[in-house]
Amino acid sequence: MNLNTQAIDVSKFIKKYQYPILQDWMQNLKAQSVRADPAGDEQLREHCNQFLDSLAEALRSGKANDITSESWDEVRNLLTEISQARAKYGYTPNETALFIFSLKQSLFTRMLTEFAQDAATLVSIMWMLSTLLDGLGLFTIEVFQKSRDQIILRQQQELLELSTPVVKLWKNILALPLIGTLDSDRTQIVMESLLQKIVDTGAEIAIIDITGVPTVDTLVAQHLLKTIAAARLMGADCIISGIRPQIAQTIVHLGVNLEDVITKATLADAFVVALERTGSSITNRPLA
Amino acid sequence: MISIAPKLGSPEFQTLPLKTDENVVALRKLVREQLVAINFSLVDQTKCVTAASELARNTLKYGGGGQVRFSVLAADGSLGLCLVFIDAGPGIKDVPQALTDGFTTQGGLGLGLGGARRLVDEFDIESEPGKGTTVRIVKWKK
Amino acid sequence: MDRIPILSMGNLLLVIIQFDMHDRLALALQDDLTEQIVKEQAKGVLIDISALDVVDSFIGRVINNTASMARLLAAETVVVGMQPAVAITLVELGLALTGVKTALNVEKGMALLGKSSGR
Repeated sequence: MNLNTQAIDVSKFIKKYQYPILQDWMQNLKAQSVRADPAGDEQLREHCNQFLDSLAEALRSGKANDITSESWDEVRNLLTEISQARAKYGYTPNETALFIFSLKQSLFTRMLTEFAQDAATLVSIMWMLSTLLDGLGLFTIEVFQKSRDQIILRQQQELLELSTPVVKLWKNILALPLIGTLDSDRTQIVMESLLQKIVDTGAEIAIIDITGVPTVDTLVAQHLLKTIAAARLMGADCIISGIRPQIAQTIVHLGVNLEDVITKATLADAFVVALERTGSSITNRPLA
Repeated sequence: MISIAPKLGSPEFQTLPLKTDENVVALRKLVREQLVAINFSLVDQTKCVTAASELARNTLKYGGGGQVRFSVLAADGSLGLCLVFIDAGPGIKDVPQALTDGFTTQGGLGLGLGGARRLVDEFDIESEPGKGTTVRIVKWKK
Repeated sequence: MDRIPILSMGNLLLVIIQFDMHDRLALALQDDLTEQIVKEQAKGVLIDISALDVVDSFIGRVINNTASMARLLAAETVVVGMQPAVAITLVELGLALTGVKTALNVEKGMALLGKSSGR
């Protein structure tokens, strides 16, 4: 009995007992899951049923040893859909793979009775099916992993957008309060949005406040300097404020030249300079 | 030969002559259109168009004219634009020297080659005195 | 088009570059500007490049040289409206245009010229 005819036999077997297998599988799934399926019981049942349908269909083609082939397209699509949904709802990889692995038990128990009279066939069919389901299980984990990676990537981008607030302090004066560790990518995005804001508002002075930045490396310092140079080319000046003692030390040790840049200890000091430059001033009025 | 060379014959590469000042302007416009079509950020568009402009001018002024071939590349889920500048001019004797900022043979600022290299992600140059110069650049989408 | 128009306003010259120039056109503009400065006895030159989406080292150099020449002819040059992406690229290219004054728009550029000529 070769692999192809065996696959076709299994296909027939699944079709014949689809309902009891489904019932059994659902029970196993529910017993082992720690939470309800995100889409609800009905949906889960639908998914399981569809999976058995497409599994039987794919096996009927006889190509049980290559789940990457065309005959398995539908199975893979269905698994992709399920795994992606599970990744989105915060399932663990284990819980995701459970969908496939919990089917094994239901299938094998039923096979024991179906093929009881022929031990050799039973062993070889179980071996084939076991390898197959392992392969599909690994596939779900792979899809799950990829979906998680995409989610993380999207969140990173959302964070980048969140962390670039350019605020208008006064007529012609902008401030960019930087908070958190600056990596090269983030600095670049922040700086681009600062320059764009300068054009949009026509501000002549931008204060870059780095009070909330724990460390500055050479690359970030270079980005700051390039931004200041670019702002100058556009016709605006930048002031850096809030350089902490450690950062001042690093900047000097790194040999970064900030001599052509106006620096102030605090945002308030920088604001006073910016006001003077733009022709405004603050006066203290005695309280009535 | 530069590694991309075997692919040069493949049909996806478009060719533009670089014989006049107007060709350089046309190339800037074409490169911009290609980059807009594959959704490059404005800054990356500008960097790539500028690099193309620098190299096209080199081909025209120092290489005595030539051509540029360009194509959109796809690799590892990312898109990029590849440009290859080819001339049959006098060639460059000392390539590393030509890449340093401030080096110039014709009274320019000497930012052309070195500057262009800083604006792109991949930069290969091959030159043989008397035979000509080929420069290949790629800018990848971030 | 083979010439970029130069507008004369009082003792100021205004140039609005509205399209991507080829190299000869940029050099022609440089010639025309220096001639006009002398002819109009201009004290200031305003070059609006807000419509330019590329400034490479050649155009950058022409702008820089024009400013230096204008200074020799006793006129101050202000370049206005450079786009952020262009500015970032010029900095990356290593071209700081140190001899040129800059402003965000024509209005601010005029104010800057007014200030420096003491009016």
